[in-house]
Amino acid sequence: MKRLPILVLLLWLCTLFYVGVFLFVGGFLLVRLEVNRTSTCADILHPGAADKGDFCLKEPRFRRAVILIIDALKADFARYNPVNAVPRPFENKLPILEEMVSSKPSHARLYTFRADPPTTTMQRIKGFTTGSLPTFIDVGNNFASSAILEDNLVLQLGQAGKRVVFMGDDTWVSLFPRGFHRSLPFPSFNVKDLHTVDNGILQNIFPTLDGDDWDVLIAHFLGVDHCGHRFGPDHPAMAEKLTQMDGVIRSVIERLQNDTLLVVMGDHGMTDTGDHGGESQKETDAALFLYSSSPLLLAPSSQVEPEVVPQTDLVPTLALLLGVPIPYSSLGQVLLPLFPLNTTSGVPLTLSQEEALWINVKQVNRFLETYSSMATDIPADRLSHLRAHFSQLSSRYLGSMHTGAPLPPQLLASMQEYLGSVRETCRASWARFNPLKMACGLLVVCGACVVSYVLAELSSVALRSGVLKPVLMGGLAVATTVAVVQLFTLGSVEASWALGAAALASELLFLWRTRRACPRGRLSPRGLLTPPLLVLLLRCASLLSDSYVISEGRVVTFLIFTLGVYVPVSLNWEGLLVPSAPADTQKPPGCHSPALPPSTVRRESTAVLVCLGVLVSCLYLSLSFHGCREEQGSCRPSAFLTPLSRMQDGRLRNLHYVLSLAALFAWAFLLLRWLRHYGNLNSAGVVTFAARCLLPLASVCMGLHWAVGAAPEDSFRNLSELISLAQVTVPRVTFGLLGLGLLLLWLDPLTVYLKTRTPPSSGTPLPPPRYRASTGISAQAELHHLIPQLYQRIRWSLEDGGTQGSEPDGRPAVEAYGLGTVYSAPLVLLCGLLGLMLLLLHPEGMALAFLMLLLQAAALLHLHASTRTLSSLQSQSNGFTVPWTPVVLWSLAASQFFHTTGHLPTFPSIQWGAAFVGFPQGHVGTTLPALLVTLNTFASHILFAVACPLLLLWPLVCEVRGSRTGRPVAGEDGDDVAMEMKLRENPQQFSSALLQLSARYLLIGGAQVLASVCAAAVLRRHLMVWKVFAPKLMFEASAFIVSSVFVLLGVSLVLRVDVAVACLFQRLLPDNSR
Amino acid sequence: MWEVEIRGMGSAHALIAASIFMATVVPVVFVDNFSVCGTHLVWLYSVAGSVAVVNITVFWLLGISPPTKKNTLGYKLSRLIRSCVYFMLSCLFFHTVVVLYGAPLLESALETFSLAILLSTLTTLRCLCILGPNVQAWIRVFSRDGAMSVWDTSLQITSGCSVVGAWVGAFPIPLDWDRPWQAWPISCSLGATGGFVMGLLAAPLWIRWHRKQLTYKLK
Repeated sequence: MKRLPILVLLLWLCTLFYVGVFLFVGGFLLVRLEVNRTSTCADILHPGAADKGDFCLKEPRFRRAVILIIDALKADFARYNPVNAVPRPFENKLPILEEMVSSKPSHARLYTFRADPPTTTMQRIKGFTTGSLPTFIDVGNNFASSAILEDNLVLQLGQAGKRVVFMGDDTWVSLFPRGFHRSLPFPSFNVKDLHTVDNGILQNIFPTLDGDDWDVLIAHFLGVDHCGHRFGPDHPAMAEKLTQMDGVIRSVIERLQNDTLLVVMGDHGMTDTGDHGGESQKETDAALFLYSSSPLLLAPSSQVEPEVVPQTDLVPTLALLLGVPIPYSSLGQVLLPLFPLNTTSGVPLTLSQEEALWINVKQVNRFLETYSSMATDIPADRLSHLRAHFSQLSSRYLGSMHTGAPLPPQLLASMQEYLGSVRETCRASWARFNPLKMACGLLVVCGACVVSYVLAELSSVALRSGVLKPVLMGGLAVATTVAVVQLFTLGSVEASWALGAAALASELLFLWRTRRACPRGRLSPRGLLTPPLLVLLLRCASLLSDSYVISEGRVVTFLIFTLGVYVPVSLNWEGLLVPSAPADTQKPPGCHSPALPPSTVRRESTAVLVCLGVLVSCLYLSLSFHGCREEQGSCRPSAFLTPLSRMQDGRLRNLHYVLSLAALFAWAFLLLRWLRHYGNLNSAGVVTFAARCLLPLASVCMGLHWAVGAAPEDSFRNLSELISLAQVTVPRVTFGLLGLGLLLLWLDPLTVYLKTRTPPSSGTPLPPPRYRASTGISAQAELHHLIPQLYQRIRWSLEDGGTQGSEPDGRPAVEAYGLGTVYSAPLVLLCGLLGLMLLLLHPEGMALAFLMLLLQAAALLHLHASTRTLSSLQSQSNGFTVPWTPVVLWSLAASQFFHTTGHLPTFPSIQWGAAFVGFPQGHVGTTLPALLVTLNTFASHILFAVACPLLLLWPLVCEVRGSRTGRPVAGEDGDDVAMEMKLRENPQQFSSALLQLSARYLLIGGAQVLASVCAAAVLRRHLMVWKVFAPKLMFEASAFIVSSVFVLLGVSLVLRVDVAVACLFQRLLPDNSR
Repeated sequence: MWEVEIRGMGSAHALIAASIFMATVVPVVFVDNFSVCGTHLVWLYSVAGSVAVVNITVFWLLGISPPTKKNTLGYKLSRLIRSCVYFMLSCLFFHTVVVLYGAPLLESALETFSLAILLSTLTTLRCLCILGPNVQAWIRVFSRDGAMSVWDTSLQITSGCSVVGAWVGAFPIPLDWDRPWQAWPISCSLGATGGFVMGLLAAPLWIRWHRKQLTYKLK
């Protein structure tokens, strides 16, 4: 058994994929250069700056401002419809806005405020303080928000000597660590907490307003957003929250002075389920309300009002109203209705519309010039077009200023058009790719796929000859060379190129070396044209179309169904499904290959059909657990996805709870039942303890945790402390128990019970010590085995009495129970423990999905085992090779259950709630929540990857069925059921089959990664690239990384068991026997 | 021997293919606004009906059906009834399979069942005509060396092609092209019919091409 080479080869293979993906993503994900310059008061933007003096010294329109940010204040929430007699919880709850707008039309205005995607809070704060556009790469920073380095409104206000007071969401403090005069941050991470942040603000806002120690007050309320995340918008809690906000706005308005501007805004909207992050209109459209006690809207009412205000437009507007320079990289456009037309300049010292727009245009033009000198991503023709536009504007404006003639009204429109086109140009070109890196990454992933195919087909060759060392050395040498060359020519090393070169070099070296060592005819392109690989090809092709990616869950189910049906059809085509015709028996024996006995064939084909039935019903039922993408219009997300705490109907909640509980216990029961059946629960070792005690205990804890989580807050108010304590401790205890189980499993994975027997009283010399891989010694199992044992004994005594007479050393015969499943039992137990841990991170209803996962996995394994038995005589496959069909089915099932556990390859559908299981107060670091969310998202990939070696072991496990129900056929060589001990007898074949299986599994995952990489590369200008293909790529790549890690874990557990078994045999059997 | 059988099969298949063509063209005269997509179910029934009629007639005239043991009227009647029952069962079977493949369960059940009828006509009906109501013979036919005559081979090819055609026909359904033929079950039934016609044309050619390798056991 070659343990280390297997692991090193697999690790190397995974690394190849990682490097390829890393390279590609590095070139694909968009990066925008940040311009680290700041606007200052000395900037001469104003044409008349010479005579009017410094821009900042001018008396601003408003001395002070109150900015109330209500997180996720959707545009619908702010509208008021007096006709609506039966408002839903989120409707008509903010009447103050409508009251002010209708009673004081020149003092107040309500707009729809459109955010740019991604609609996550941190990106939005960045957007409406810097005025720039976010890029895709920023999405990942939500957990670890870092300080904003670009010029922004807070910085400008501080530079102008304004005292900025902040209270609310603590994200702001990490974004502007030194920007505030005074700040009162409150923790924002805990989504379940609706009140801490809001109550904190409410305690402080009014004293601050009444005091005099502020110029700009920013208050960021989180309650509405958290309410949406927790309950969704259509919930009484939302009504309560919005009514509270209405009261806040009312009292703030009462306290406003004439020189103060009030801004009430939402940073983004929310979907109907209360989530956000995407770019659907429900998520991007928030509300913006502007109010001042002095007249605010100075433009004549004839002027056209903007319907929708882009979020970036707030930045220049606020800056000019408060008398500070517009931040350097802002792309916004001033809100014209707030500025007077030149002709109506009744209010002195205010900027007119033309002046404001001109300042804005000059600032944007300056930014464009700076940016285009730093980066080359804005296309030159667009740039020259914009420059021409600007110079035309500039000459017209300055010309009319000099002559003093009134500005032509078209000029305003022209300036607005210029600002709009700059914004559009930037939006378009900040999709900047690095094609060379992308191509290189694509090449490496492609090579890795070829390598894994070769490795799978020639696993024995790869293990035998010294392929590994030169390949690794070559890769290392190339990496060093590239790094050194880079160091000398460029002066710095870019790791990605060195890694890419190393990966390519080692791939080529491997292919070259195996080509020499490969026996002729082993690798042929015909081997690729089998139905399972065609199904894989279809799956990969489906990743290239956005429609198929959107309905991915159904596509995968369709393909699994097809491949599942293919199994019996192909068996029948080979004539193996029905007992061979009696005509065969008339032939003389020997001319025809020996057929299986008809009873076996009949039993196995029934097993095939039953398994297919289970598989098909699991597939069909699994469709009802899917979530919904926003693109799927008429789709309704599965009812099992709602956490119990969100359900309002008590009876429904109880029903769901009972169902989940039943599924949970069925999971534990089935696992224990299996282990007991194969006699793996008899030993006194720690693993048995883990299985017998920890598994049920953890299930009980989980049931308790669900009950606690589902308890409605109102009805158990007096127990609230106990409940909050339980919410912390119970999941942690469960994690602890399961973790302990995993640890014990790793320390001592043997589930073998050794029974030593004293020599029979008759004194016959004992047979040479031998092992028997037998199954359980539970009551029935003992009965089952009584007869074979007696038979064995009689045979021994006959044999030994006749021939042998030696070795009267009186050493007891050893019987090892559970040895037949020595490899699979720890794996099954590992899956059980891991599955419970992952289930804990999911909504309760998913317990049913997990149970279905278990059933489907069992059906697939039995299908594979029975197929194997049926075709055992026909196929001339060597050793333990696992054919492609079960591996492809296994891997597709992982994708299928990704959807069935309620996940989707989109960012808004990530179940963030998983980060709070056991940590309802939130986290300090970012590693732990990220880990928990990853485990939650890729739960099915993890389970199927860990269980992957079972595909190799299961046919051996199922062998026992054949000999038990039939007559004791094994009497030929005296060795009855050997089961997994066959693996120990052929360590070479075992290692190569294990390597082959893992390489095949990785290849299937890798092929899907390759397909989504291709999709992203080819369709990078596609309309759907940021909505569908880029998230799909990220999810597919992450799924591959997670599954490869867990494949390695599963394989290393098998190898760990092998070590333990070797030790056991060394202890039991002296060197003369095996 | 070969030439005669293949030529006979070719002409029979051409007849069936022509009947499908006629079933598509002729209803224009009788039905207002007839089109394959617009009045899909009418087209489907007309194709299924004409294929059924032509199949039964051709195979009855050619006398392909297995020789019956007894020639009594009662026996023939029972065979006929059994055939009808098997046909209905096969419709239900195809309906179940199609639903399991992802067709909607309750809404558009009529469409799904019509597709099942079409599929049964293209596959089961031919089985009934060639092999009689004998499920074991059907299972036997669909194995590598289960074919016992050129007709069995042609049955393998046409049935396989129809089912694969219906399967391929499901591919365009999720695409967002907004074409009328993407509606359920138009693409599937078109695929099945197309596959069937391809099978009809391919079978004689394939048998001719492989006539050296084909050896039929005598019953």
